[in-house]
Amino acid sequence: MSYLPSTEHDELRAMVRELADEQIAPRAAAIDETAEFPHDLKELLAQQDLLGTCFEERHGGTALDTVAQCILVEEIARADATTSLIPIVQKLGALPILLSGSEEQKDRYLPRLASGEWLIAFALTEAAAGSDVAANRMRATRDGDDYVLNGSKRFITHGSVANVLTVFALTDPQAGGRKGMSAFIVETDTPGFAAPRVEHKMGIRGSPTAELTFDDVRVPSGNRIGQDGEGFKIAMATLDRSRLSIAAQAVGIAQGALDASVSYASDRTQFGQRVSDFQGIQWMLADMSAQTEAARQLTYAAAARVDAHAPDLPYWTSSAKLVAGDTAMRVTTDAVQVLGGYGYITEYPVERMMRDAKITQLYEGTQQIQRLVVARQLLQRAGVDTRGS
Amino acid sequence: MKIVVCIKQVPATGADKRYTDDLRLDRAGVEAIINPLDEYAIEQALRLADDGSADAVTYLSMGPEQASEALRRALAMGGDDAVLVTDPALAGADEWATAKVLAAALDKLAPDVALMGMASDDARGSLVPGAVAAMRDVPLLSYGSELAVAGGEARVRRLSATGFDWIAAPLPVVATVTDQVGEPRYASLKGIMAAKRKPLETWSLGDLGLDAGELSGAALTTVTDARPPEAKAPTERIENLPPAEAAAKIADWLAARKLI
Repeated sequence: MSYLPSTEHDELRAMVRELADEQIAPRAAAIDETAEFPHDLKELLAQQDLLGTCFEERHGGTALDTVAQCILVEEIARADATTSLIPIVQKLGALPILLSGSEEQKDRYLPRLASGEWLIAFALTEAAAGSDVAANRMRATRDGDDYVLNGSKRFITHGSVANVLTVFALTDPQAGGRKGMSAFIVETDTPGFAAPRVEHKMGIRGSPTAELTFDDVRVPSGNRIGQDGEGFKIAMATLDRSRLSIAAQAVGIAQGALDASVSYASDRTQFGQRVSDFQGIQWMLADMSAQTEAARQLTYAAAARVDAHAPDLPYWTSSAKLVAGDTAMRVTTDAVQVLGGYGYITEYPVERMMRDAKITQLYEGTQQIQRLVVARQLLQRAGVDTRGS
Repeated sequence: MKIVVCIKQVPATGADKRYTDDLRLDRAGVEAIINPLDEYAIEQALRLADDGSADAVTYLSMGPEQASEALRRALAMGGDDAVLVTDPALAGADEWATAKVLAAALDKLAPDVALMGMASDDARGSLVPGAVAAMRDVPLLSYGSELAVAGGEARVRRLSATGFDWIAAPLPVVATVTDQVGEPRYASLKGIMAAKRKPLETWSLGDLGLDAGELSGAALTTVTDARPPEAKAPTERIENLPPAEAAAKIADWLAARKLI
């Protein structure tokens, strides 16, 4: 394992940064203000082949390694967290198919996702089942060659703009969420499906977070991912990998806030000198930079372990997401402090970044859930029984 | 129909430019890019390839070995292959020497259209396209805001004082285009990946049948001095005054310089 990025990684970063600086950053404030999904930027990312990096070439993707996928997300998030969710959720929604889907399912759906023709969403969370995934209630009842889905989902990122969903529902309610849940591919033009409402949010405001309802939605049994009852396992395996995208997003948000802080501090004059000449500000900038770099390196270390199929993957991805999410919150908060009053108003991007940063401590497992995952792995290594926790 | 786009690698627009003792540009450690005005020529060529007017797009550059990076970048945007003419004897080449080398390389590549940007961002001589056309004895269609090729002739749309002209000439031609062509495309990820596998040849002067001795130091021009532009006087700012008072101060300032 090399600790230095390859030439290809550097090239990718340069390419995405140019695109993000010139085309995405100038749109970020308006996306935040209007809370409208940036369809134009989705088209741009699709055109530049940036929605297919997690897919194999035979499916129209570019099969980049996981570090490269993190760099992609990071560089977009540095300009706009909302837009970075487009590749993030494209991978999140597709992971159940990538991990457990049949060849037929992969051939049918992945090319349309890789090209960006279709968007996908990951529909797991319910109103009463957030961190407690096993408390899911949505049902999928077998009826001949079909399953009939009934129930609702909440907090589904891109749920209202997706063409297809990976949905988790109970096929054996008696067995409960852990043993009785299965995963399905549901096309959103299926009768009975609706996305009646999107949330009004503090951050990532251009990314629609939708409530989804399923009223006798009929899905062919060929759209079940994996075996009956494997839903919980598939969901956990997905999240073990996808939360790394959130770590990368958090690193990107932190870097964007740091860059804005350095730029402002070296431009703004108070008491006859540049703000960056004050040692107190220099210390803040140094801390922000070192913390961001630490989060980035842990994220890459975890990413390398995804590709190496490390057996203790959850330990690494949860640690990375935990550290990066907290770093993004701290660094963006400090960025607002460096900019002072200007940091608090929408004329500068850091207040938006601070609002955007908060979500990285909440979604794809709250920071508390990440600590639970890390602690369990830690205790298991020490031979301590963790079944009761 | 075959297009050869001539491109030049130049220091990044915002780079800190320094000179060596013999008044040549010091390229060491300076970020290098495709001459921004050449990117419009690339875009024009690729649009002609996209709409089927051009069958092949080749890039040609003369420069040090590191200029191959600019050619790879161009190949990432599109096109088929590239040629770099590099030779130690070409250090310090001026517009005349450059035109001679490009003309010889174009003789070998035999394109229908040799397409160039209207100027280079570093030297801004704007002499090379005309010199290449003269040396090859082919028509020059310059400063096009659009290039069209059909029926054995090339046409450029050129802005004029009263509107625009269409200027046509039979193929082969040398043509230059302006930034009115349209925004150059971004290289896509697959484009960047594919560019690594596209053919990029390196030619020496010998490969072009040119005599290194004849070209070496044979520049027709000599750089006698090079210096950064003189710094402007510091900006005076009038701030925190009521508008009427501020306007009066500006008027006084202009009047003192007999500008009003």
